[in-house]
Amino acid sequence: MTTVAQHKIVLDVEHIRKDFPILSRKVNGKHLVYFDNAATSQKPQPVIDATNKYYSFENANIHRGVHTLSQEATSAYEVVREKVRAFINADKSYEIIFTKGTTDSINLVASTFGRTHVGEGDEVLISAMEHHSNIVPWQMLCEEKKAKLKVIPINENGELLMDEYKKLLSSKTKIVAVAHISNSLGTINPVKEIIALAHEKNIPVLIDGAQAIHHEKVDVQYLNCDFYVFSAHKMYGPTGVGVLYGKEELLNAMPPYQGGGDMIKTVTFEKTTYNELPHKFEAGTPNIAGGIAFGAAIDYINSLGVENISAYEHELTSYALQQLNNVPGIKFIGKAKERASVISFLLDNIHPYDAGVILDKMGIAVRTGHHCTQPLMDRFRIPGTVRASFSFYNTKEEVDTLVKGLHKVIDMFK
Amino acid sequence: MSIKEIEETIVEEFGYYDDWMGKYEFIIELGKSLPLIAEKYKTEENIIKGCQSRVWLHAEAEGDKIVFTADSDAIITKGLISLLIRVLSHQTPDEIINADLRFIDRIGLKEHLSPTRSNGLVSMIKQMKLYALALKTKML
Repeated sequence: MTTVAQHKIVLDVEHIRKDFPILSRKVNGKHLVYFDNAATSQKPQPVIDATNKYYSFENANIHRGVHTLSQEATSAYEVVREKVRAFINADKSYEIIFTKGTTDSINLVASTFGRTHVGEGDEVLISAMEHHSNIVPWQMLCEEKKAKLKVIPINENGELLMDEYKKLLSSKTKIVAVAHISNSLGTINPVKEIIALAHEKNIPVLIDGAQAIHHEKVDVQYLNCDFYVFSAHKMYGPTGVGVLYGKEELLNAMPPYQGGGDMIKTVTFEKTTYNELPHKFEAGTPNIAGGIAFGAAIDYINSLGVENISAYEHELTSYALQQLNNVPGIKFIGKAKERASVISFLLDNIHPYDAGVILDKMGIAVRTGHHCTQPLMDRFRIPGTVRASFSFYNTKEEVDTLVKGLHKVIDMFK
Repeated sequence: MSIKEIEETIVEEFGYYDDWMGKYEFIIELGKSLPLIAEKYKTEENIIKGCQSRVWLHAEAEGDKIVFTADSDAIITKGLISLLIRVLSHQTPDEIINADLRFIDRIGLKEHLSPTRSNGLVSMIKQMKLYALALKTKML
């Protein structure tokens, strides 16, 4: 993060904000302050235009037709696969599997790799800060296979206890699945080290990159992860599109996930042979418009530069932490040294829901509740938090508005 | 008073506030001031879990009427609960089952009853009506 902090910030945020039509709307009569970026990001005009253009002039089903429209749609869709490959520096474009989103990607791995590699008495290792989507699919697998779900504990600051992690890795461990960045705490986990330690024991690692992909430069070959999963909608793209990156060797050895069109080579009533990567895992007509718009989102991020985004968000987060620190009675949940642009907190004994309702009335969109991480909230013995998460289109003035809003909340509930 | 009459009174009370802040300050006061449920009823069994806040609800028969007590860990939810209890408690099962609770919309708070709010209120109303139905069967 230090290198990021030293990076010269070159984003023209005032100009960038004009690319996002929603940022100029009013909510409850107030200018929208959108601080729920960890849930989903807003969409820039080029992404909206790409969707519109596809349905207006390019719509056809892909991978089958010989007619011009189908050929054009197929290549427009497949170009995006290559864009994703380059974006995360995967070795081959067929290692990029398109899914519905992060949750779908994790379910795919749990249902295919998991079902073939995890047996009775085996263990799946996750962490205490996982999102429900990186808990429940593994729990379902473990129930089915009579395997055990093991959890890497965290400290009070919300950092993984790496010594405990090392102790939990054993010959029974069949896969490690950990978040790159925590959606509730903002903690950036030492994923490179996590992966290296697991690989010493030949255990594959899945990284849930949903909160990291748009904030940090992700290089899957450098990380050497076996699977990396993320969603387009958190990176300024459309909902309903996600990615599973997997190493070729692993993907080839995995059985298909869903059956249907596109994933087959030959079908008879006696026997079906399956298509090659990546199509083997992409049954049925995909979200073509979403995929193409996803490509526009990647172009948009690249035009700003991930390093620039990261540096700007880092500075904004530091500013927010400083300003919020002066709010009376604030208690931060998650104080990791390495952290991303997510801040979770509580105000004295004011319930997060109460705070959220009043902030909404002032046009400020934050997230309240358990953020789909109930076990993590139980760990901190709290019902939930108020979470503000920032993006490159947010400003220091908006942070000031939030601080003012919180003072108002305190006033109303004291 | 009948449910309709109580609803009218509440609508009138809220009529004094013309901005959201006044309304919410009123709801917060309601939420703060009332002990709504006996501690012994704040059990796991009586809990209605919402994603955002938790609600406890207890019902018992008193003659031909039903008495509700409830609580929540969030004050705004608790304030709204106190309104619902004011309207529905000490009424007969039939009146409770048939109440349309339009007053919530009329005082400009229907957003809190949207099923997507997951603050437990929608489930609470459903549960109140189910209790009314169950106690009605017992009373027959």
